[in-house]
Amino acid sequence: MSTTFKHAPGFVTGDRPKIVTSRFEFSDSFTIERYLATDGYKGLRAALSRPANEIHDDVKSATVLGRGGAGFPAGTKWGLTPQQVWPRYLVVNGDESEPGTYKDRLLMERDPHQLIEGCLIACYAAGLSQCFLYIRGEMALAQERVATALNEAYAAGYVGRNILGSNFSVDIILHWGAGAYVVGEETALIESLEGNRGMPRLKPPFFPAVNGLYGQPTIVNNVETLANLPWLMCNGVAAYTAIGTKTSPGTRMVAVSGHVKRPGVFEIINGTTTFRDLIFGEEFCGGIKNDNKLKAFVPGGGSAPWFTPDQLDLPFEASQIGPAGSMLGSGAVMVMDETTDIPAAALTLTHFYAHESCGKCTPCREGGTWLERILRRIVDGNGTDADLQQLLEVGAMICPGAFPHAANEKLGLTAVPFPYKMTTICFVGPSAFAPVHSALTLFRSEFESRVTKRVTIPVTAVASMATVSTSGVHS
Amino acid sequence: MSRLTEKNLVLAKEIIARYPRPKSALIPLLHLAQEQAGFISREAMVHLGELVGVTSAEVYGTASFYEMFRFEPIGKYLINICGTMSCALMGAEQLMHHAEKRLGVKAGGTTQDGMFTLAHAECQAACTEAPCLQVNYRYRLRVTPADLDNLIDDLQDGKLNDEIPTHGVLSKVRQVIPADRAVGAVAPELVTESPVWLNGKAAL
Repeated sequence: MSTTFKHAPGFVTGDRPKIVTSRFEFSDSFTIERYLATDGYKGLRAALSRPANEIHDDVKSATVLGRGGAGFPAGTKWGLTPQQVWPRYLVVNGDESEPGTYKDRLLMERDPHQLIEGCLIACYAAGLSQCFLYIRGEMALAQERVATALNEAYAAGYVGRNILGSNFSVDIILHWGAGAYVVGEETALIESLEGNRGMPRLKPPFFPAVNGLYGQPTIVNNVETLANLPWLMCNGVAAYTAIGTKTSPGTRMVAVSGHVKRPGVFEIINGTTTFRDLIFGEEFCGGIKNDNKLKAFVPGGGSAPWFTPDQLDLPFEASQIGPAGSMLGSGAVMVMDETTDIPAAALTLTHFYAHESCGKCTPCREGGTWLERILRRIVDGNGTDADLQQLLEVGAMICPGAFPHAANEKLGLTAVPFPYKMTTICFVGPSAFAPVHSALTLFRSEFESRVTKRVTIPVTAVASMATVSTSGVHS
Repeated sequence: MSRLTEKNLVLAKEIIARYPRPKSALIPLLHLAQEQAGFISREAMVHLGELVGVTSAEVYGTASFYEMFRFEPIGKYLINICGTMSCALMGAEQLMHHAEKRLGVKAGGTTQDGMFTLAHAECQAACTEAPCLQVNYRYRLRVTPADLDNLIDDLQDGKLNDEIPTHGVLSKVRQVIPADRAVGAVAPELVTESPVWLNGKAAL
């Protein structure tokens, strides 16, 4: 059992480009002294010495993709705010709780100043006059590190009134959540920040960039997205887009967990690194634990439909993962080897989403719980063959139509592309169905061997028994 | 007693002033109340309602949505064992069984001496270090049943008092915004002009 890491887990020295994890090798990476000694707040200085609109254009042309799950370009998102409506707010989404994901926690614990600098650059570029940094309630260490860093940054003149002596002034307010997965959804995050129950708002028509916190234009950005900005400001757009591919430039952090030899969080090159590199590559996970066979993996957090070894050679490129039937999501790969009990694995995920449903949309509130109950029945050995059909029927209430899944040569399946249609406001509902659908489509035999044939008593038999007994009485 | 203390009241007012609307401070204030008493009492909710200008029912409405808030006293140490995918794949269930046996309570229960509350938790964002648990939201990673025994012994012997505060205390560091550095929060309807730095010129 370990309590602290000398390095971040999975940290591998090497010559891969490091944009957001460059300070992870230092044991004091979270202090302002280390930050300033390693080009800290240089990006802010660079940004402030140019007009704000130029900085916004830079972020747009660098195509800094949102790292929270949807992968929407940050620069474009900033541009969606209506003209001449003030004030505008920045809300930083540090409510990381997607199963399998933990890049934001590391970024907050190990390099909080980088995040603060990123927030400042975003506020400057998009004209945001107050920033709220929302950290998940369960992350006590991240709260401590960010609070300390903010206190240092305020004292040193990097945050607050007249930053670095300029006319740029912004407050960053540290805010903790209190335990609710759904608050990671941006409109639910805003509700929570307003002091309400964290239930998502109906959208469209109004996205937060138009009507968000207190009804004002609000930009909600993920921690990792903002952490990219200081490097971008220091090194320029060309250096950023030189890494990765045209549609997925830069790097991204990916957590690989489950049955691998060296689980860890890695900063990989976006767009070109494949799942095979990540799971079997010597510089990453080094293969499956005990040299077992790979059975399946979840490519992008608990909500993502599963992949099988057929899909190992796909790269981290949204335009290829979508048509293949899944999503990159929040950068979390969970690996299952041949020993995995697939129905039980699906149950842990479905339980999670059923438990975390906020209760606003009926298909998710009721459907998620149904899925969990039916699945538990099957796992416990009390299921019948009718339950398998019922799982799919309940799922179709949440996601009508064909649900995305991967192609599989052995099973003769062709891929159904991501995303899905849904009857709920946010993705929690469909996410409860994703593991069930993937498990049932790709590993149906494991379910079939668990269930018994449903016993039905034929009606005719009952009738004839009744006849026998009455005739018995009368005779 | 269950209302905020004088000292925490000062802190509460400082926190409220950071937000353009007072109700936004509700979750931080609920944390403050829980820090003070280990749980959130009815009186505390009435007090918070007075402070941010909503009814106590609204305070409860918000508070009851969030899992971390407790409305009855629980153990001094809350042990949350993660049971989501990655931890489940790496033996979380065995760990939970062991914890239940060792503490003599089922998940969700509190030991008779009021020291420990055991709970099943959802993903705690330490998936590569599975199975993991949190004691009062402080991580323990790659936990074996023997590690868990040692942890419980250490907690009972008070050996971890410096690292792990009692239930209710989250971050031990608070944000402090010096008055001379603060920009200050303004209600959104009072802001009509664009930020001064959006004038087409460099700020520095």
